[in-house]
Order: sequence, then C-alpha cells, then structure tokens
Amino acid sequence: MTIELLVPALGESVVEATVAKWMKSSGDNIKVDEPIIELETEKVTLEVPSPVSGVLSEIIANEGDTVEVGALLGKLTEGENITASSNTPNKETSTKTVGEKPEVSSDKKNNDHLSPSVQRLVTENNLDVSKVKPSGKDGRITKGDVLEAIKTGGVSEDLNQESKTDQKISSNQDDFLEERVPMSRLRKVIAKRLKDAQNTAAMLTTFNEVDMSEFMGLRTEYRDNFEKEHKVKLGFMGMFVQATISALKAFPAVNAEINGDDIIYKKYNNIGVAVGTPQGLVVPVIKNAQHLSLPEIEKTIRDFGLRARDGKISMDEMSGGTFTISNGGVYGSLMSTPILNPPQSGILGMHKIQNRPIAVGDKIEIRPMMYLAFSYDHRIIDGREAVSFLVKIKEVIEDPRRLVLGI
Amino acid sequence: MAEFDLTVLGAGPGGYVAAIRAAQLGMKVAVIEKRKTLGGTCLNIGCIPSKALLHTSEKFENVNSGDLSKYGIVLSKPKLNISKLMENKNRIVSDLTKGIEFLFNKNKITTFYGNGKIVTPSEISVSNGNGNKTITSSKIMIATGSLVAPLKNVTIDEKLIVSSTGALDLKKVPNKLIVVGGGYIGLEMGTVWRRLGSQVTVVEYLDRILPGMDSEIAQKFKQILQKQGIDFKLNTGIEDAKTLKNSVQLSATNNLTKERISLEADVVLVSTGRIPHTKNLGLEGLGVKLSDKGQILVNEKFETNVPTIYAIGDAIPGPMLAHKAEEDGVAAVEMMNGVAGHVDYNLVPGIVYTSPEVATLGKTEDDLKQGNIEYSKGVFPFSANSRARAINHTDGLVKILTDKKSDKVIGVHIIGHEAGNLIHEVATTMSFGGSAEDIARTCHGHPTLNEAVKEAALAAGTGAIHI
Repeated sequence: MTIELLVPALGESVVEATVAKWMKSSGDNIKVDEPIIELETEKVTLEVPSPVSGVLSEIIANEGDTVEVGALLGKLTEGENITASSNTPNKETSTKTVGEKPEVSSDKKNNDHLSPSVQRLVTENNLDVSKVKPSGKDGRITKGDVLEAIKTGGVSEDLNQESKTDQKISSNQDDFLEERVPMSRLRKVIAKRLKDAQNTAAMLTTFNEVDMSEFMGLRTEYRDNFEKEHKVKLGFMGMFVQATISALKAFPAVNAEINGDDIIYKKYNNIGVAVGTPQGLVVPVIKNAQHLSLPEIEKTIRDFGLRARDGKISMDEMSGGTFTISNGGVYGSLMSTPILNPPQSGILGMHKIQNRPIAVGDKIEIRPMMYLAFSYDHRIIDGREAVSFLVKIKEVIEDPRRLVLGI
Repeated sequence: MAEFDLTVLGAGPGGYVAAIRAAQLGMKVAVIEKRKTLGGTCLNIGCIPSKALLHTSEKFENVNSGDLSKYGIVLSKPKLNISKLMENKNRIVSDLTKGIEFLFNKNKITTFYGNGKIVTPSEISVSNGNGNKTITSSKIMIATGSLVAPLKNVTIDEKLIVSSTGALDLKKVPNKLIVVGGGYIGLEMGTVWRRLGSQVTVVEYLDRILPGMDSEIAQKFKQILQKQGIDFKLNTGIEDAKTLKNSVQLSATNNLTKERISLEADVVLVSTGRIPHTKNLGLEGLGVKLSDKGQILVNEKFETNVPTIYAIGDAIPGPMLAHKAEEDGVAAVEMMNGVAGHVDYNLVPGIVYTSPEVATLGKTEDDLKQGNIEYSKGVFPFSANSRARAINHTDGLVKILTDKKSDKVIGVHIIGHEAGNLIHEVATTMSFGGSAEDIARTCHGHPTLNEAVKEAALAAGTGAIHI
C-alpha cells in the first residue's frame, strides 16, 4: 500500500519549510517512527518520523526545496521489513529491495572495525570517519570512499589544516558586487568553539535587573579617593567580579565543569573578563580572583585591557577560567543572551545602564537600571540555582555592604 | 491444498541445496530425480569423480615419473590396477550420494525417483519403470542442469568416442587420447589420462584454451601443460569422426590455413561444452520462455514467466558451475520466503583442478582493456614464494587487478598449487568491496602459498617485497 509523506504542521504562523536533509534514500527500509527527513523552518529544525514501516519508494521534494504545510514530500510503500530469517513459508515479499542491494547510510555498527587501508588513511589524514560516505557491503567504508572523501574535502578533524578552498579568489564579473574573503584562523577557531558550546551544553539564559543607584552613589562619593590611593580608576567591573565571587561561593555548581561523566568542582575562582579588540573578542582570566581585593581586580583588568588592544595577552592568561563576565553595555546592548565559554558552565552578561522609571514601594522613581543576563549549562545547574545565583549578584550590587558582611 | 509447498526437479547441487534450504525455512519439499542416486551431474559424473581421479592419477604420476628419485626416494616402476582406481572413485561418489539421502531424510524432504514433467503450473507427473504418479505443488523449481553439448558429425558411444562421463570410466589407459575442446573439462580429463600414461593431444577450435578466462593466464597455463607433455592443436575444427575396431579416426581442418588434417586416437573425448537440459519437461506446453540457446529465462527472483515456476543453475543463463547453481538455489528459495537474496555472477570463482590449478574471479585483464577501464595490476610468481619452493611447486603466479582510483580489487587470477583454495581469501575481500591494500595489510602466515597473494596485492600498490 502506498502512503504519502506530507509536510506536518510546523507550529503557529509557520507556513513553509525547507527540506534540509533526507535521512533515508529511495529504496531504503524504514521502521515506523524512524526519522526520515529533516525540515528547516525559521524557528526550528525538525525531524519528521515515518508514519509506517516499509520502504521509502519515492522522493518527491528534494533537499533545498521549499515546501508548504501539507505538501507531498515523498511516497512510502507499506510492508514488512526484510528480516534475516523467517519460518513462515510463502510469505509475501512486499518490498522493492528484494533481489537488489539496498542502499544504506554509514552504519556505525559495521564501521566499528575499519579495514586496514581505511584505518591507515583515516589516521594519516586525521579524518572524521563519520563524515565519509560509505559504499561497501552493509554500509562499510571502503578505501575508495575515503580517497574520494579526501579529494572532495570537508572531512578533516584537524582545524589547523589550511582549507584548500581558502585560496580561491573570486574572478568573475560579479567581483564588484561581492567580495570573498577567507576566514582568518582566529575567526575559524572562534566559530568552531561557539558551535561546540552550543552543541554540548543545555544552554539557557535567565534575566534579572539591578538598580545601580546604590553603587553609583558609592562610586561618586569615593571615586577620587580610590584613584588617589590605588592609582587606578574605580570602575564597575571590580564590583561585579566580587559580587560574582560571592554568588559563586553560594552556588558552587556554577563554578564547576562537566568532564565526561564527572562534575569537577573547582575551589578557585578564575574569572574571565571579556575584552573586545579589533581582532575579535578575547577573554583574559583573572586567576584566583577570590583572593584579590577590589582595587587589585581593577588593576588587573586595566592591565589586560591595555595589552589586549595590542594583542599581547598570552595563551596561559586566556585559559583556566571557571566563569566569565561579558559586558555588552559598553556597545549599547540593553539585553542579550551570552553564549557559554566552554568548558565553563556559566557566563554573566552585563549591559547598558539606563535610567528607567521603576516602582520603588508605591512610588515611581527614575533609577539607573542594568539588565543582567546569566546563561548557564542546565546539565549541572538547575533553574532554581540559576535564578538564585543571579539574584545574589543583584542583591550584592544593590547593597554593597553585603560584601563587607560576607552575605 | 497442494501436497507440497515446493517441488524441485533435479537433485544436483542446485536442486538439493535449494531443497534443504527450503526445508530449513519451513517449506514442505519434494525432489524429483531421474537417476537412481542423488547429486546430479556434479556428484555422479562430474565434479566429484573427476576430482577423485585427478587426485589418484597425481599420486600415480608422482611415483611413475621418477620425480621421487630426486628426493632420494628410489622406487621401481609402479603398476596400475585401473579397476581399483575406478572402485575408489565409485566408492567416494556412492558415499556422497548417500550423504545427500541422509540430509534429505534429516530435513524431511520427500524424494521421487523418475522423470518429472510439469503438467500444469501446480502439477508434476513422475514416471519410472513402475508407472506414473502426479503430485501437486504450490511452487515448482526446475534444477535439471545441463547435458554434454553434441559435436556435429561425431557420435558419442561412450566407448571409443566418449564424453566426460565415459572418460571417467575407461576400462584401460588409452595409448593415445585426443581431447576435442580446450576448456576446463577437457584439460582436467586430459591431465588424468596423461598422468596414467596416455599421450594426449588437445584439439581446440579457437586460438586459445580456456575460453572466457584471462588470456594472459590461459597462455601461461598452456605453456605449463605443454611442458608436461600435452600437445595442442589450436585453430582446429573437427569435421567428422570414424570409429574403427579399436580406434577413432578424426578429420579436422585448420581454420586459419584451411589445411585438412587427419588424426587418430584410441579414444576421443568430446568436451566442447554443455547445453541446458530443458527438453521434455513440459515447458513448451506451459509457455515457459526460453532463450535461443534453450536456457530458461528468469527474473531476479528466479521466476519464469509462469508465476509458480522457478528455475536455477545450468538450466538458466550464467556460468555453468555447481557453486553458482547452489547460490541460485539458496537465493531463489530465500526470496520465496521473504529474505532478501542476490547472486553476484561477477563473483563466481572459476577453478581448473589440474596441476598446477588455475583459479579466476572477477574481471579479466581483457575485460578491463576492452572496457577502457583504468586499472592497476599486481603480479607475483610462485617461484619467489618460499613455501612453493620448499614443496617444489614453483609453477604459476598470482595476478591481482584493481581499480586504479580506489584500489578496489576487481579481478584475481591464479595459476599455482592450491590456486582453487588460495583464491577464496580474495573472494572474501571482493565481497566486501575491499582493496588490495586491505589484503596486503592482513597478516599472512609464513611460510604459506597465500603469501603470494599478499605479495601480488602489494605489487598492485606500493610494491612487492619479495621480488
């Protein structure tokens, strides 16, 4: 029996999708509920499961096509899967694959053990085996498959290999409309790390707002004195770093890291402070910030800032962080969802301080407000902890006396 | 309700294997066999008796040729008791045919002895000396195999002019044996009788022996056979044969020079091929489609154009080999029962059981040249293999052909001692789509003949070590 595979409802106000990927090929056996095609909408990518067991007999919508809800994607032939042994005679053979070699996608089970030539090539070229298209028996990868994959590229695991397409220079008539620039190594690394962060952590962001008036009052009062005493300006970051540390003390999971099946709780707070440079964002780390006084933190940050602009921050200074603070407010950001800095489990986003009318008791007052964003890895920090962590930071900023009292 | 789910006509390698597999899958199976013993041509008058005679004739030659004196083993000239030789062969055949009977009993397969004829798409009549019987069956499988191809103007009497059947049962060693047809059957039988003392001449119509095999291999093998004392008359066609009291006179024509020649022998073996055995089965009456060569035409499920009738083995197109028939039989029966099946006719090995043996699998170099396919070649002679030297079997070579781009093994051809066994490691590699490098990087025991296969695989890539 032929069953039509249609585009399902995609969610409110979403009327069309793009066919991202067919996960099965024409002629493949499929089980009911097995994902058969991936559709991409502006909001989400979803996998469409097969409504029946049988064979994907016809692909109608191709990868890249735009399809509307209810449109025909392909046709399935319903029927029993081919099984390796059967004790019932005269069983109807109902699938198209009888008598033909069925096409299979790379079967992880059958590629657990690679053939000698494949093993050598994979090792020599540092390849990601899962990216090689197999053509051997039962989805095995053959030497030819690997040679082909190397030729067409895109299977390298080693990021540091210069991509052959780097050097291609656009030389057609559209030069003046477009400009193709190869990604710099730094940008490539950043891009990969950002994707890795997104792909690993269960990342969520919780928000709060902080009334900066108390701290700003403190600052106005003691700014000159501070600068005379410590030879460094009293900024906001020192305060935020200390507020963060007291919150990290109260919620140690935020300062921890998932490593394999373990959680590593760190007894030190290495706070990374994101600094924008012409080359991109760099995050130097204030090591053992829990031992530094506010003036020492301010000095460290100033020093980092100066050297970052000249690109003179060492790898060692940028590694080992346990938590990161990022300030988008200097560029005017009011609210944002910072992305985790792996392998850390949390990041605090600071934003622009803006006078807003807020309710204080029963009255409306104009206060200098900052939205705070805390993005966290939900795998080890639960919602309650995340919210409380951010509330703690808010409370400390709103009443700096808490720092003195250690509450 | 039919008496049987499946009735197989013919208990040769194709038929009996299909029957057993069908029984394993739960079908109620009947087999109709016209001989008094099971096993078909292969067991009774083909593969098995010929291999038995090849083995024992080799033993005779070892002693008779004086070779053993090279090793310091001094013997007097041996005597040959030919009836004992044949007794041994017959006993082996008999044991194996009884073995199939045993397997049929074990799998509860019903055997009918007699000539089967398909009356309707679900009825078969069996007739023997005791009368007639009709059985009903849901499915019918024709596995009737093949017969000796006749040669124009040459009448086979199985005494002086014999087919392979008679050649396996000669009562005495012919002084002069002429083998008409330079294919594997002729060469094997020629070898048997040469070893037992005959002077053997092979007359072949084409300009080469072993038609269809890799031409470089065929040429090298012919030279080896010539060294052994077999005489070859290529490009020669037999016009007619005349039997005298104790000899045969053949008149032949060289088809290049058109010269007429006369040949005489004590015994002439006609081995110019085999033809499908599809007559008198009732097929015409049922409208079963045949090719113009008389082969039954089937689809990829081995179904004929008549829905309940299937056919496999020598009766259908494809290599006329016992193991191919077995694969057909299993695939056909499995597909009847919902199991995916496929026989790759490109991966059916061909083996000649002479000494040295010849074994081939996959594409020949001629195929690749003709198809303009880019290939790499790795060759290794047994003269450079230490085991071959240790056992004085240095004739021959291993030739591996690979796809130039992917290194995938696409053909292998071997002349050598045990070639028929050696080829199977490459068969396994090829069935997985493996590369020559995969063979080269597999540890091979030392000292074995298989190392020659490994070296040939190396030769197809980075280079052999031992030559």
